[in-house]
Amino acid sequence: MNSHASIWANGRRNVALLALWGAAAAFVVYVFVTGGYLIAVLHFAAIYVIFVTGLNIFMGYTGQVSFGHNAFAAISGYTSAVLTTRYSIEPMAAASLGLAGALTCALLVGYPTLRLRGHYLAMATLAIGLIAYEVAVQWGSVTQGYMGISGIPPLGIGRWTVTSDRALLVLLVAIAALGVLASAGIRRSRLGRALVAIAGSEDAARALGIDVARYKLIAFLISAFYAGLAGSLFVHAVGFVSPEVYGLHMVVLAFTMLYVGGIGTVTGAALGALIVSLLPETFRTFSDYQDLAYGAVLIVILIYAPGGLAALPTLWSSRRKEGA
Amino acid sequence: MTATSVLDVRGLSARYGHVEALRGVDMHVEVGELVAILGPNGAGKSTLMRALLGLVPTEGQVRFCGRDVPRRNPVAATALGLILVPEGRGIFAPMTVAENLELGAYLLHDGAEFARRHERVLALFPRLRERLGQVAGSLSGGEQQMLAIGRALMAGPKILLLDEPSLGLAPRVIEEILEKLGDLNRDGLPIILVEQKAPLALKLARRAYLMSVGSIAAEIDPRTVKSHDELARFYLG
Repeated sequence: MNSHASIWANGRRNVALLALWGAAAAFVVYVFVTGGYLIAVLHFAAIYVIFVTGLNIFMGYTGQVSFGHNAFAAISGYTSAVLTTRYSIEPMAAASLGLAGALTCALLVGYPTLRLRGHYLAMATLAIGLIAYEVAVQWGSVTQGYMGISGIPPLGIGRWTVTSDRALLVLLVAIAALGVLASAGIRRSRLGRALVAIAGSEDAARALGIDVARYKLIAFLISAFYAGLAGSLFVHAVGFVSPEVYGLHMVVLAFTMLYVGGIGTVTGAALGALIVSLLPETFRTFSDYQDLAYGAVLIVILIYAPGGLAALPTLWSSRRKEGA
Repeated sequence: MTATSVLDVRGLSARYGHVEALRGVDMHVEVGELVAILGPNGAGKSTLMRALLGLVPTEGQVRFCGRDVPRRNPVAATALGLILVPEGRGIFAPMTVAENLELGAYLLHDGAEFARRHERVLALFPRLRERLGQVAGSLSGGEQQMLAIGRALMAGPKILLLDEPSLGLAPRVIEEILEKLGDLNRDGLPIILVEQKAPLALKLARRAYLMSVGSIAAEIDPRTVKSHDELARFYLG
């Protein structure tokens, strides 16, 4: 392969990705203008963009596995919900405390579990997610069990609150965009290179002087921060929370988004979150079988396009080159 | 240990679970020396490299430039200047050549020194200069090995450990890479070269250790090894 060909392929890929993002932005504007039910779908999509972008830093860049980041969303979301409804604390302050709680928990959990590798780490994180779910169900005096907590106030500072669907859409899209930009910045930074090196080979990274255990923990904490942020935003956007919100379904959904979009790429995760969020409108007829449908999509993607949507343009251009 | 030893290893052992992969290895490398480690598959050559760096739990002593290399702490060993080019190169395929080189100088926080090392690596391997923006996974095997060595040089090695740099490469490419290693060594860089292809390594090395089932079986003076038969005797005992 000569360098001219690769520059050409890069250019083509960038154009294709830009086109996809242009279409996504146009869709957001269209929904903003027309309003209606789709606005709520986009609220949900933006929140998942944040969650999955964070998960991508831990799973994509750093090459680790976590089935348990729903726990951090749950801790942050429930903290926000309880503090605002029961103690009338300002939503922003409550959400900040929720985030602090999620990060503290991530630190306590991450320190011992990140010594585990591969399947062991996956099982440990799965346990964390299940424990969080059980706590949300059983600790009825605080979480109100399956009933959930309703009447959670919307986000806002002082007298200014985000009450309209459109204002909420603008806020969530802005936060999601910031999240994606921050993730892109991380990937290009010294920290990002270290994380990708760890994904490549832990030993090779160590042999370059990279403190693998420390950076894994940092990646875990950053992704837990994104998860906590998504968890808090969710309760304030919807006004209601129950254990199901942060159940195993959240993990299945996030994994589908991550792999559909392209795990490890900078913008793929966000793209996947956007597209998969719109799918339920197609899958709605399956109702109870939604997870099954997500699972099926995930399997098909893993087999036929392991790089996800973000890798499709490259795949096309390399096919064309082979043909030429 | 003599006064001129850069690296002095005493009774180095390592185990993977119950399997003792390295048994009481004694070896040394003198200033400016290129030492080859020879031996068949499974003799413990790679484990020795990993043990020197502290990538595996070890017993015994490793002294480097007169200082004890801390056990089980590859980051500290790297900071001392003990730099490994791992088996299978260990380059980071999804990153560009430039990013791989930057990662080599991960512990360096001096822009001017970074630029100096970068220029030196690109002067040594001009082909990497043409490929700076290219993803490392798209390089040929030989270029990947050059990148792996270049990345190690970015770390500012005081000794360079190479684990089978010839693995999977065409003879002409191997020759080119070994020639560069010879140049580096002539400039004063001590090198430990792990090789299965003994004749190639013996052309470069001043001394060689022969490993067999986890320990040093013999020390060889390359000048005394005149024929392949003689070398085969070492292997076969």
